[in-house]
Amino acid sequence: MPASVCTCTIPSATRYLARVRRFVDEQATAAGLSEKAASEVQLAVDEACANAIEHAYGGDAGGTVEVVTKRAPGRFVVVIRHTGVPFDISKYQPPDLARAADERWSGGFGVALMHRLMDEVAYRRRGRVSEVHLVKFLNGDGKPARDGGAR
Amino acid sequence: MSSFSVSFRSTAPERGVCILDIKGELDAHTASELEAAFQRCLTDGHPRIVVHGSDLQYISSAGLGVFMAYIEEVREQGGDIKIAALQPRVYNVFDLLGFPVLFDITPTEAEAVEKFESEAA
Repeated sequence: MPASVCTCTIPSATRYLARVRRFVDEQATAAGLSEKAASEVQLAVDEACANAIEHAYGGDAGGTVEVVTKRAPGRFVVVIRHTGVPFDISKYQPPDLARAADERWSGGFGVALMHRLMDEVAYRRRGRVSEVHLVKFLNGDGKPARDGGAR
Repeated sequence: MSSFSVSFRSTAPERGVCILDIKGELDAHTASELEAAFQRCLTDGHPRIVVHGSDLQYISSAGLGVFMAYIEEVREQGGDIKIAALQPRVYNVFDLLGFPVLFDITPTEAEAVEKFESEAA
């Protein structure tokens, strides 16, 4: 059993995303998630970190992004923290594919992916710190596990 | 660091299809390499593109965004981007966002090339 809370902190540059993915995959697998569920968490965390790096910090590599994994009863939780410009989910419009192609959008899909991949997604602010909370239920059916364990 | 590469192949000149073999992990750090490859195809006048993805291990939305950014320009030039031989895990990411509605995604490279030929016939 891994430690219940583990942290990986990276500079705000996209070249470190692969490091985060390895970290999340290790922690999710150790927590008992299936290979499919672990890869879904890995991708969702990649998206949250890429958004922090490219949008919250605007490409400035001088910031940091902290990724914290937690094993809680019945759930695997990942919190992504940064001190860049906060993301306002109330202004987010899910991308329309046909319009995205017509207008040659290359972005805007990450948030949609996070919501499709995870059981819960929440955005919080603690002073200057912005947090994205990503939750995957351990029983894999989209509902919290009653017994608190992985199946 | 993410590892990603793109290499170019062409079918016989009369078939005129540019095949891009993509390998590794396509994320926000490496997406610019695929972007450069699409741009090179257009600059060289080869808008009929098959992306062969059997060695693509991972894709994030930044990679999907490159396909989306180029598809209309490629079609305006009389071509298309067809995607072939994806691993199931990678295909699932395309599928999650509904990309199969907008893109031809085929199980094999040969089928993608044949689609170009049948469209031209």
